[in-house]
Amino acid sequence: MTAPGRIEVAFRGTVGRFSLDAGFDVPAAGVTAIFGPSGCGKTTVLRCIAGLQRVADGTCAVDGAVWQNGAIFQPPYQRPIGYVFQEASLFAHLSVRGNLLYGAPKDAKGQSFDEVITLLGLAPLLDRAPHNLSGGERQRVAIGRALLSQPRLLLMDEPLSALDRQSKDEILPFLERLHATLALPVIYVSHDMAEVERLADHLVLMAAGRVLASGRLAALQSDISLPLAQGREAAVSLEAVAESYDAADGLAKFSVDEGAFQVPSPPIAVGERRRLRILAGNVSLATSPQRSTILNVLPARILSASESSLHEVTAVLGLGQDGNGARLLARITRRSWNLLGLSEGMPVLAQVKGVALTDRQA
Amino acid sequence: MGLSPDIWQPIALSIELAIVSTLLLLLIATPLAWWLARSSCWWKEGIATFVAIPLVLPPTVLGFYLLVALGPHGPGGWLAGLWGGRTLAFTFEGLVIGSVLYSMPFMVQPIRNAFEAMGDRPMEVAATLRASPWRAFWTVAVPMARPGFLTGAVLGFAHTIGEFGVVLMIGGNIPGKTKVLSVAIFDYVETDQWAEAHLLAGGMVVFSFAVILSMRLIEKRFARGTQ
Repeated sequence: MTAPGRIEVAFRGTVGRFSLDAGFDVPAAGVTAIFGPSGCGKTTVLRCIAGLQRVADGTCAVDGAVWQNGAIFQPPYQRPIGYVFQEASLFAHLSVRGNLLYGAPKDAKGQSFDEVITLLGLAPLLDRAPHNLSGGERQRVAIGRALLSQPRLLLMDEPLSALDRQSKDEILPFLERLHATLALPVIYVSHDMAEVERLADHLVLMAAGRVLASGRLAALQSDISLPLAQGREAAVSLEAVAESYDAADGLAKFSVDEGAFQVPSPPIAVGERRRLRILAGNVSLATSPQRSTILNVLPARILSASESSLHEVTAVLGLGQDGNGARLLARITRRSWNLLGLSEGMPVLAQVKGVALTDRQA
Repeated sequence: MGLSPDIWQPIALSIELAIVSTLLLLLIATPLAWWLARSSCWWKEGIATFVAIPLVLPPTVLGFYLLVALGPHGPGGWLAGLWGGRTLAFTFEGLVIGSVLYSMPFMVQPIRNAFEAMGDRPMEVAATLRASPWRAFWTVAVPMARPGFLTGAVLGFAHTIGEFGVVLMIGGNIPGKTKVLSVAIFDYVETDQWAEAHLLAGGMVVFSFAVILSMRLIEKRFARGTQ
């Protein structure tokens, strides 16, 4: 149970009046998001991984190293982690520089000071005191401080939730760049699906102290049996590669598995990878080609469907004639579903009305 | 004006006593305050109350028990025996022990408050940055509790300078050994040396004013720095 390249955890016990029974096994690479409603135990799981909280019955192994198992319990300061709390929690008695260097080993090898400063845009802040920073700046310093301690696993507990919209928008690109620049596994706790869709590769779904499902983001998003696909904001995230760019119309053509989308985009080089986000509500179905203003009409096959509400049906589509390509979700009215005589296994045309392009380089 | 030439002796002795006591108090009160602030032990409030007793106990009562404890038949007498003495009562060492006990609550309370106000978070952050509990204590907890330490030290020092009842009970009035400021003032009044009494008493008023003022300024400065 100590496979290298994996993060394997299981925590069982009561914390206060809350009962926790959560375990998952995800790769020790990329961003794993722990997602669930407030109070479902996400933060507790993260604190257990860090060793800040100890449940009697817990195991925690990261990339082959056992941090907790039975009587074995490494205290947090012996675990090679970086932890970003919900509030920046900077040391008030130290300058920004002092905070950044607090956990940095003298003979820093991995992330160098200059790299981190550049990545997070911290250069103008170095000699300031924490109480003279904005919320967004403080959280950036906290992220830099965690990175400079040379962690082998970065734990982030809703680092954006205490920030206003503007500060969030300021930090999200940093987090996306972080992922592209550093080969550092990240566990990211969030209750905001929009953040998860932009940042995560893997997803752990939690509710009431339990893990509902864990796996690749795209797989869980299109799993009709999970609450994710039934929600108002149900969407899929697709990894896409830029094929061509039409400067006259400002449209880029992105290819995904067995399909392609034309997406409004700033100029982009051929071969660049981006993540596309397609809301279930933006996909409608047709059985025959028709003239319309919708640019993206792709052949697909209905793989499964379920009734999301009294009047709506959510269908999982596989792109391509045989439905073996990338998965999409389509949210349509039950009346249309019945009028067109749709059913599982049928070939259809997926009409995609809106595709959002995220900055994240997949 | 013919002031008595030995008027400086009690002043020097009081300051020496206050310095030694304050240093000892810092040494004892810091771990005690940390434990009181962090422990979840159910009986810790009992210890806290015991430490706070000198706040309400008449100093003469504390002095009385100390006299018994420090005397030849108490533990103090046994301790004194280690270096050939007979008793700790009526000695400078005895005064130090008395002062430390008497001023303890004034030192422990502000430091404990400062540690509690800090919360768990800074120590957790330090731990996730690879700081051992020992390093985190010295590099995070102590610097963050600085205002508490300053307040405690100032109060402890000032309180030791001004103590009377305990000193009278266990120290007596031996010039150069146990005759401190407050006792000297009492003495000067008894022997009709009003000029000397005025000088010492007036000096204490100025000293007290300066102590309270400096504390308020310190607190104000820190309140601004930590927002």
